[in-house]
Amino acid sequence: MRRREVGERRAVISGVGQSQVGRRIYRDPLGLTLDACLAAVEHAGLQLSDIDGLATYPGNMNVPPGFSGVGIAEVHDALRLELDWFAGGLELPGQLGSVANAVAAVATGLCDHALCFRTVWEASAQGDAGRASVTMGGGGGGGYRASSFMQWTLPFGAPSAANWIGMMANLHFHRFGTTREQLAWIALNSRRNAEINPTAIYRTPMSLQDYLDVRMISDPLCLYDCDVPADGSTAVVVSRADAAADLRRPPVRIEAVGTALRGRPSWDQFDDLTTMALRDAAAMMWERTDLRPEQVHVAELYDGFSFITLAWLEALGFCAQGEGGPFVEGGERIAREAAGVPGSVALNTHGGQLSAGRLHGYGFLHEACLQLWGEAGERQVRVDGGAPSVGIAAAGGGPLAAAFLLRTD
Amino acid sequence: MTEQPFRVLPAVTTDNEHFWRGGEHGELRFLRCADCGTWIHPPQPRCPECLSTDVAPQASSGRGRILTYTVNHQPWYPGLDPPYVVAIVELDDQPGLRLTTNIVGVDPDQVDFDQRVHVTFEEYPDRDGSVWLPFFEPDPDVAGTAS
Ligand SMILES: [Zn+2]
Repeated sequence: MRRREVGERRAVISGVGQSQVGRRIYRDPLGLTLDACLAAVEHAGLQLSDIDGLATYPGNMNVPPGFSGVGIAEVHDALRLELDWFAGGLELPGQLGSVANAVAAVATGLCDHALCFRTVWEASAQGDAGRASVTMGGGGGGGYRASSFMQWTLPFGAPSAANWIGMMANLHFHRFGTTREQLAWIALNSRRNAEINPTAIYRTPMSLQDYLDVRMISDPLCLYDCDVPADGSTAVVVSRADAAADLRRPPVRIEAVGTALRGRPSWDQFDDLTTMALRDAAAMMWERTDLRPEQVHVAELYDGFSFITLAWLEALGFCAQGEGGPFVEGGERIAREAAGVPGSVALNTHGGQLSAGRLHGYGFLHEACLQLWGEAGERQVRVDGGAPSVGIAAAGGGPLAAAFLLRTD
Repeated sequence: MTEQPFRVLPAVTTDNEHFWRGGEHGELRFLRCADCGTWIHPPQPRCPECLSTDVAPQASSGRGRILTYTVNHQPWYPGLDPPYVVAIVELDDQPGLRLTTNIVGVDPDQVDFDQRVHVTFEEYPDRDGSVWLPFFEPDPDVAGTAS
């Protein structure tokens, strides 16, 4: 098949920003969002008047509590932006699908500088009432009835992606012999990176025994396989590649994007539950570049549940399908120090959502850019004495997935 | 009748009623294409294989195997106590004809991949009429084995 035009190279990432991040900080989510947006615009060296595009995931919605609450219109109005293009919504290839939207808008000339944001306040929304208070269909006085996809899972006491991903992980364990002792290294690697990330939520050391001893959520996923609800907002600015002269720093270039979903769009009907849609997004991304997995220094891969990261490693070709367990076991091939070592990749260098907090996809893109710019502080990865030059940010699990191949060389 | 565990119930419509109320007749019903024989789930108004609109509910065998499962330990809902088994069962009637369900009538430790199972229904009264939730239990002759 003739390769399509790789139009995403007409867009770059020019700046990133993040608000205060924490557990139950009880701040207005719009306030968090504006902090992140202003930081990203400043970081790019732009003025608010330069911003003519705005994108977000999932848009303004009230359920589940804390999942959003801030949409396009709130930010548009609060900053008095004059927009040529905007888009917010949920039906996208994962959280970073909103950034892919912005890339497409910039690449086609609908706007010059698109501000993208994702805000969560799930920790405050839960408050002290715990997880059960935000479970779909729970505590609603009996009036709720499940429809669409949720009707096929809620009546069976499976309201959480922990259950759905738990079944996928268990199948992977069964089919390929993956073990909890192997999967643990996704969580352990994240924790050791979070220890030196000042904004991470959980920074105390975690041992393999800690992991094995903690309570089970949905077998084989234990508590430490699940990301931690957080409050915080992350923003990135997508700019025209030919606007680089206006920017504060050399941009992070977008080598290739993968947004494919070639199987059925469903958590339980997708053909290969051990790969999920990550398989298709990763395949599409590699179809659009001559770079290969061996050239990637840092990989910031979604970990709403640890198994998703394992599946991304396989889908992206860092190891073969089914070999994710042996690949991560012991943690050497995924350590910060492993960047640039053949057969290795530095993974989730900020601590992922497991330890740094569930910023829901955008945290991975934020971290990939900081690493490529050499601005990651104590946790900065070094390749040949300098910052890494090729990275991946990928987000989503189940039927949702998008991957970005980024470079500065 | 003892009090039932809490269940979130589905919104029953003309499109999905055959599935949620087939249990009244002891049948696990799916849409099936009259032109090419394809079983369709979730329900949709055209056959995804041949695009025919001649689709209608039909009783499946109600028999299949456990494609994958998880033992849930998290108390998501007051009144629905863990541990319980959430599974994806693939029906014998067609490769890929599957649904998410619970495996009941067996200790969670005795559930396994590829285990042979059959449907069993539990009636849940609701304001607009009952729904029958389709659970699955291991076939008696091979319970606890990965056949
Ligand atoms: Zn047909």
